Amino acid sequence: MLRIMLALLAGSLFGTGLMLSGMTDTAKVQGFLDIFGNWDPTLAFVMGSALLPMALAWRLAEGRKPAAGGSFPAPPSAELDRRLVLGSVLFGAGWGLAGLCPGPAMASLSYNSWQGALFMAAMACGMMAAPRLSRHLDRAAANA
Amino acid sequence: MEADWIWGLGGGLLIGLGGAVYLLGNGRIMGASGILGGLLDGSGRNTAAERTAFIAGVIGMPLLIGLLTGGTPDTHVTSNAAVLVLAGLLVGFGTRVANGCTSGHGVCGISRLSLRGIAATAVFMLAGFLTLAVLRQLLGVI
Repeated sequence: MLRIMLALLAGSLFGTGLMLSGMTDTAKVQGFLDIFGNWDPTLAFVMGSALLPMALAWRLAEGRKPAAGGSFPAPPSAELDRRLVLGSVLFGAGWGLAGLCPGPAMASLSYNSWQGALFMAAMACGMMAAPRLSRHLDRAAANA
Repeated sequence: MEADWIWGLGGGLLIGLGGAVYLLGNGRIMGASGILGGLLDGSGRNTAAERTAFIAGVIGMPLLIGLLTGGTPDTHVTSNAAVLVLAGLLVGFGTRVANGCTSGHGVCGISRLSLRGIAATAVFMLAGFLTLAVLRQLLGVI
């Protein structure tokens, strides 16, 4: 029960932050990515200040256990592979195209627009296709 | 608008606090694509309850604020259905293949100086810059 309450709290903070920071506004996100246009730096402020509590949290996690039990994530891998790069290229292209990434896409669902719902449905299809399609890619890469 | 960066800083702090609660409380990395994707493809079956609770907060709190304040912010999202579908497929597929998005690789990865997080963020931002440069500045189609 504690895990569920904490997850609900974390999600509420995240959703509120996305809404207040303007990150559910695709014009602001595309404005940040449009470096040759009328550049909007808001996303950089959002990212910068989001890093502060998070960096502190990683420090606090050292030598401790999570409050609701279990263990902290393993130290990050330093391995850069093809999947990380290829996936990020595709994600960045889609992000630029519509100005939505997964967090704001979820947060703005409550605004009740058909556009948001359609994006979300397509995103869900892409997510469900990924494990299957990437197995094919891995096999093709192994045979190459 | 002049106040946008202040809202950006304040909202960003809340985003980071959410990540801190999820990490220090549940011991998990707050990545929107991973939390949702794990529910959709079944890989997160054992943690389905906390994933669902997180998503309920992400959608529910803006909904509640919208109801209380009597208005939701404008999303300025495109009404071109083909663009929405293509963008959604790319975002959904790409984030799962790369194992993270703006929150997981960006906020949570960079803050622990993860090389993968920093590299992924650099790549998806560059891809985003390029998309806008070509499709908006060169071709004027979005």
